[in-house]
Amino acid sequence: MLCELCDDNEAAVHLTQVVEGDVKKLNLCHQCAAQSGFNIDSALSLTDVLFGMGAPEATDAGTPEKTCRSCHMRRADFRKTSRLGCPACYETFAEELNPLLTGMHHGPSHTGKISQGAAQALADSQSVAELQKQLEDAVRNEHYEEAARLRDVIRKVRGASKSARHSANTGGGR
Amino acid sequence: MKIDDLIRRPSAWLAASNGTETEIVISSRIRVARNVRDAAFPGWAGDDETIRLFRRLRDALGTVSKLRDGVFWDISALEDLDRHLLRERHLISSELAIKKSGSGVAVSSDETVAVMVNEEDHLRLQIMRPGLDLLAMWKVADRLDSEIEALIPFAFSPRLGFLTACPTNVGTGLRASVMLHLPALRLLNEMEPVSKGLDKIGLAVRGLFGEGTEASGNMFQISNQSTLGESEKAIIQRLLQVVAELIEHEQNARHRLMEGAADRLRDHIGRALGVLNYAHLLPSAEALDSLSGLRLGAETGLLRGVESAMVNDVVMMTQPAHLQKLSAKLLDAVERDRYRARLIRQKLGVVSMV
Repeated sequence: MLCELCDDNEAAVHLTQVVEGDVKKLNLCHQCAAQSGFNIDSALSLTDVLFGMGAPEATDAGTPEKTCRSCHMRRADFRKTSRLGCPACYETFAEELNPLLTGMHHGPSHTGKISQGAAQALADSQSVAELQKQLEDAVRNEHYEEAARLRDVIRKVRGASKSARHSANTGGGR
Repeated sequence: MKIDDLIRRPSAWLAASNGTETEIVISSRIRVARNVRDAAFPGWAGDDETIRLFRRLRDALGTVSKLRDGVFWDISALEDLDRHLLRERHLISSELAIKKSGSGVAVSSDETVAVMVNEEDHLRLQIMRPGLDLLAMWKVADRLDSEIEALIPFAFSPRLGFLTACPTNVGTGLRASVMLHLPALRLLNEMEPVSKGLDKIGLAVRGLFGEGTEASGNMFQISNQSTLGESEKAIIQRLLQVVAELIEHEQNARHRLMEGAADRLRDHIGRALGVLNYAHLLPSAEALDSLSGLRLGAETGLLRGVESAMVNDVVMMTQPAHLQKLSAKLLDAVERDRYRARLIRQKLGVVSMV
């Protein structure tokens, strides 16, 4: 098993944490574990490691702490509450969250129900073009699974926005 | 519908259904977490924002078809005892029960649909039913979700799906769970390896009241942990497959006990009946464990005069808040144990061993 942070070395440190009854696992190589400040004797949580809290002097000195522009949550706040502040936090802390999500979930991206409202908003805000570009990139890099997923998302988004417009049009015509 | 009316009737989601499968399966639950677009999550929002959103969500829920004929309870307006009662009926979580102003729950008239407002997420949709019909229940949740979303825009990302306060729920926001009664596996000391195996395949095993509770009364709640990277149907189908295996496992364990260790099984059930018939101070945990033995006795045909439905009823009624509502006064722990013992003795006077 490869280290979930660097994806290069063999994982040698296996962390398990119970978060509200859910068991979370994280597998790291020696280097990443040391860099994260993981110490077998200290009670460090997974979020600490992933959010770089284990070695605050090393990572935080000099650079201002990352703060959500929308709700002003800081990394330190997330550490305290282990809950995010608002939907925009997922973008703000994407870099730190993504490995965490990969560790706790079946896959890295959503394949379930698509929000109708969001689909509409997406279609209107040219996000389809953005998705299209991601799709082309995925095909170019031979990431076919990701490409297939993106294709389905685009289809769903287009379908949703079309049917929403259709019903809006027919409604207005009467 | 008033809270005091609730205690006079059994929960629809606990209604008895027949067949071996439903003897082992107590009930199933679908929970869907949703949040309002561009709003801070409840744990981080300011008081004003919380109240504003609470009113908006309460008003929206009042117009939704499944909830129109139901009730909305503002948690801050409820007495402690009423909050506990709702929790004991699994209509609200422990977390919601201790909230101050700005939280509440919308409950359908038959208690099979409950939507919590401003718990950990803005909305927690719950569908509860007896049996194992999780796919049909997801359909109900899906329709309810779409109906609410037509009124309130949800926080959604094309990559991460529905966004939730805790990253453990992001994506589908779906937690599907099944409550199982597994006394024979417990008697044969086979629950521990089973729990470990379930954990390995990404399913959580919890007690009667979810996170952080013990499996009293041999009740185990099995649920998915991962909410991202699989569709709702895939999550449910995987859970159902494992639950089917668990049911078979429990049935095998019961057969093994009946054939190879009949005296042990009779002893277990007889002791349970003894406690229930003769205890005068009966604490909650002991009552649940003995009622588990009673249920096993009814289902293995070793007891007459009792059915699973009756056991469900007694389990619900003898919880602390239910007892106090029934007696129409606050009771301390010893008084509850006394009242619980008396109620059970009255109910089970006709039960005997075959």
